[in-house]
Amino acid sequence: MTWLQDHWSDVFELLGQHVYLAGVPLVLGLLVAVPLGWVAQRLPRLRTPIVVGTGLLYTVPSIALFILMPSILGTGILDPVNVLVSMTIYTVALLTRTASDALEAVPESVRLSADAMGVKPLRRLFTVDLPLAVPVLAAGLRVAAVSNVSIVSVAALIGVPQLGQLFTDGFSRDFMDPLAVGVVGCLVLALVFDLVIVVLARLATPWHQGRTA
Amino acid sequence: MIRFESVTKEYADGTVAVDGLDLVAPNGQITVLVGPSGCGKTTTLRMVNRMIEPTRGVISIDDQDTAAMDPATLRRGIGYVIQHAGLFPHRTVTANIATVPLLLGWDRKRAKARAHELMELVGLDASFARRYPHQLSGGQQQRVGVARALAADPPVMLMDEPFSAVDPVVREQLQDEFLRLQSELGKTILFVTHDIDEAIKLGDQVAVLRVGGRIAQAAPPAALLEDPYDDFVADFVGRDRGYRGLSFRHAELEPRVEPTVLLGERASGEGWRLVVDDQRRPVGWVEPKRLTGAVQESDLHRGGTVARIDGSLRAALDAALSSPSRRGVVVDADGALIGTVRASEVLALIEGAAS
Repeated sequence: MTWLQDHWSDVFELLGQHVYLAGVPLVLGLLVAVPLGWVAQRLPRLRTPIVVGTGLLYTVPSIALFILMPSILGTGILDPVNVLVSMTIYTVALLTRTASDALEAVPESVRLSADAMGVKPLRRLFTVDLPLAVPVLAAGLRVAAVSNVSIVSVAALIGVPQLGQLFTDGFSRDFMDPLAVGVVGCLVLALVFDLVIVVLARLATPWHQGRTA
Repeated sequence: MIRFESVTKEYADGTVAVDGLDLVAPNGQITVLVGPSGCGKTTTLRMVNRMIEPTRGVISIDDQDTAAMDPATLRRGIGYVIQHAGLFPHRTVTANIATVPLLLGWDRKRAKARAHELMELVGLDASFARRYPHQLSGGQQQRVGVARALAADPPVMLMDEPFSAVDPVVREQLQDEFLRLQSELGKTILFVTHDIDEAIKLGDQVAVLRVGGRIAQAAPPAALLEDPYDDFVADFVGRDRGYRGLSFRHAELEPRVEPTVLLGERASGEGWRLVVDDQRRPVGWVEPKRLTGAVQESDLHRGGTVARIDGSLRAALDAALSSPSRRGVVVDADGALIGTVRASEVLALIEGAAS
């Protein structure tokens, strides 16, 4: 493991890139998925097209999406924006159904009494539906986080640096050390993302503590 | 006053939930809508605060057409209580109760003070203020639901089977407290239930609805029991309506003097002896010949119900029928013994009143 000692600062920089490329799309994706999920939940007719349509995006291979992005966005081939947008699309693909389900799972009696007290729809979304949707949303976000950390590494193939670059390096030089560091780095990063989401969700749901359901 | 004028709700698929409803819920009274499932009672209720829009007809509150009002404003002026309370699981008891006051723009301090005031009114200990709904029992949650509906002191309340999800003992307790509250507050209440006993107990006026959303009969509960309009109403009101109708008739009792024995002393004599405590409150019956010593708590037969002198014919008759001596115990307002009555004497009163 002298390789790691020699390349510590490089690995650290790649890790930072990985956090940025996987983490920012997680937030952006959530911001897109929640309104989509809300529309899907409120308008039953649009639910299937929205949920199935976004879900299908996940089947587009990442390498294809990375390569297509510059021609769609007009960006340079090495621009990290290509990766950010692609990862946001994957996050939306995973989270829209979750968001719709999470909002749908708000008990009917709670929605009904909010409406009956004169809580208007948008206010209800922010003060009633979303707070109650946090546990389910967080569960979906954890899946998306792990998926993002994993998919981002493919971007090494189009020359956008992050931990995935260690795989291509190790592979092309038939040298195990960077490969192992890359894998462990991804693993640790996924666990950290997971932990951060769990902690944030807990902080956002003091009412949910100690519940069995 | 809530007034329904030829109100009809017809869904797109042709189902008629409510059909040409004419009804007035007078100010300060409890009007109960009762009927089998599918009779449109909940639909009727929800049309008042426009959770459901009527297809035809006019619903007005104090002669103001609700269709002309902004739905959110209308709803903030109407208290609404539902089954399972529908509390916000993510908000404390205080925050739940303060919902409408905060929507109306009260400052937080005033809304909080009001919430605490209401907790006291509905009999919730102040220690519950910061708890979440899932930490409360069903009965306690329903109290919070009632407090929340009362928070902004709306003149009109809509209640949709508010007590049907709790166990029978708690239900009766909640019903009694609800009646006590109503006697203090005098709200105009529209109350939906499928339980005819609840309707009879709570309603100043009871409207029985048929499947398809038409009123079969609207009358005060005593009139409903005495003179059902047709077979449907008679069936719905139930079998022992003659007996239950006695609940609404005051008994002019003239109890006889009853020999008693004090708890802890020796009893003598034939048959049953009534035992009283040191404040002359009846505690049970004993048969002296079966006793070996002084009357103990464990010797008491407690089967008999007790009727109050200012109570109903039903209570008096039940006291007589349930007593092992067949002598029904009658007490004053403080629970002290006045005397006993026999079933035949109560029946004579019932027949005398009829002739």
